[in-house]
Amino acid sequence: MRTGQQIKTVAPKPTEIWRHHHILDIDDFSREEIEFVFQTTRAMKEVLSRPIKRVPALRGKTLITLFYEPSTRTRLSFELAAKNLGADAASLSAPASSVAKGESLVDTLSTLQALGADIVVMRHPQSGAPYIATKYMEASMVNAGDGWHAHPTQALLDIYTIQEHKGDLKGLKVVIVGDIMHSRVARSNIWGLTTMGAEVTLCCPPTLLPTGLGGQHRQLPQVSIEHDIERALDGADAVMALRLQLERQRSGLLPSTREYIQLYQLNQTRLARAKPDALVLHPGPVNEGVEIASAVAHGPQSVINEQVTNGVAVRMALLYILAGSPKQ
Amino acid sequence: MSRKVIMTQDDIKRTLARIAHEIIERNKVIENLLLVGMHTRGVPLAKRLAANIEDFAKLKIAVGALDISLYRDDLSSLELKPTVKSTDIPTSVDGKSIVLVDDVLYTGRSIRAAMDALIDLGRPRSIQLAVLIDRGHRELPIRADYVGKNMPSSRHEEIQVQLKESDGLDEVAIIPVPSDREGQ
Repeated sequence: MRTGQQIKTVAPKPTEIWRHHHILDIDDFSREEIEFVFQTTRAMKEVLSRPIKRVPALRGKTLITLFYEPSTRTRLSFELAAKNLGADAASLSAPASSVAKGESLVDTLSTLQALGADIVVMRHPQSGAPYIATKYMEASMVNAGDGWHAHPTQALLDIYTIQEHKGDLKGLKVVIVGDIMHSRVARSNIWGLTTMGAEVTLCCPPTLLPTGLGGQHRQLPQVSIEHDIERALDGADAVMALRLQLERQRSGLLPSTREYIQLYQLNQTRLARAKPDALVLHPGPVNEGVEIASAVAHGPQSVINEQVTNGVAVRMALLYILAGSPKQ
Repeated sequence: MSRKVIMTQDDIKRTLARIAHEIIERNKVIENLLLVGMHTRGVPLAKRLAANIEDFAKLKIAVGALDISLYRDDLSSLELKPTVKSTDIPTSVDGKSIVLVDDVLYTGRSIRAAMDALIDLGRPRSIQLAVLIDRGHRELPIRADYVGKNMPSSRHEEIQVQLKESDGLDEVAIIPVPSDREGQ
């Protein structure tokens, strides 16, 4: 029984920190909100360490995953997160459903609403699709990746993993290497990492750099750009390699995969330029031998498997927080 | 009606010493005891009780902390999201005689949640309950094994427990709830 006199408590109350009914991106998350998520994540990790990894916090809630693009870990980790919290999880794969018969996104969403979904987790190839979706449903929307735009839960689990090893992110040098332009993971990480005070360096071929970044644009986070991977990695505290989507070569943005490997693959020699205890991250799925050498992906500095475990805990925290958030 | 102090620092100290003696008396095998404090103020109370028991019985007593946020039955009706704190129990609960410790026993719903949480961690031999204040108004068939002070109260009053560890001083007071906070 919490009878305590929290009338004039100094620490802000959680609802004063947390403002979201949906999780669409982390570009509008404050440092306090991200820390609130991480604090809840730590409690969820304790639950995951138990012999019975299940608590009844979301009993009676329904989560539906709606994926218009393939995914292994994101979808699975959302479903496990929901089940670990006692919620019911159901999934809808676009190719197998009436979407294949031509049902529109709006119709699909109103069906999910009518079926009683409390939280919808959606991945969609169109940037911005989850934003439109929120206009047609009362359920909380969690963006599990929209086009090139955002993948907020991946960024939160990446930042959580770095923070678990390094503590405060302020002043840490984090390097993101790879196809920045087509990467929603990179975009969400840039927002989240800079909000937490990290110094972000982007490293990629000039053709794979989105315009606007690295300049003095006030609306965009401040990042450094370094096209030479060895200089980029100098003194880094964490390195994140991005998946090179093999179809990019066909689009003419890269002369050849072989050249990319020669210039941008994260290998042991290059990693030696970073700090000796620098972390190696990758959002998966990994193209071993392309953007990252096998020895690095499975090496002692790799936290790729921890990222997957933390992904469940971070998503449990987000679902728990959303389930009690005020309706908009 | 205004704020009224019902336990001073000395009262709290004497009461915790008495409860520690009662726990020793009631539990033949002290080695098997595990004190579990419920966040927030049950945690320092459990630590103080354990220190007393160690002092009286000359035995090391295991102490843990339990957070029940994930077991509450009112999550969706809560406007104020409780911050989940970590559960930290240093030993397996299997076969242990657990004494659950909280500051105030009121409706009994937190204790129900705490029992669910403990049973998810394993199979304790028994669970007993120690509280500093029992204020009545039970909504579930739950009673405390060790009570510091019975304080019959109105639902329009609030029992304010302050402890050095969390609030800087040791004191229990009863205060009328301002009308705009009623029903919270």
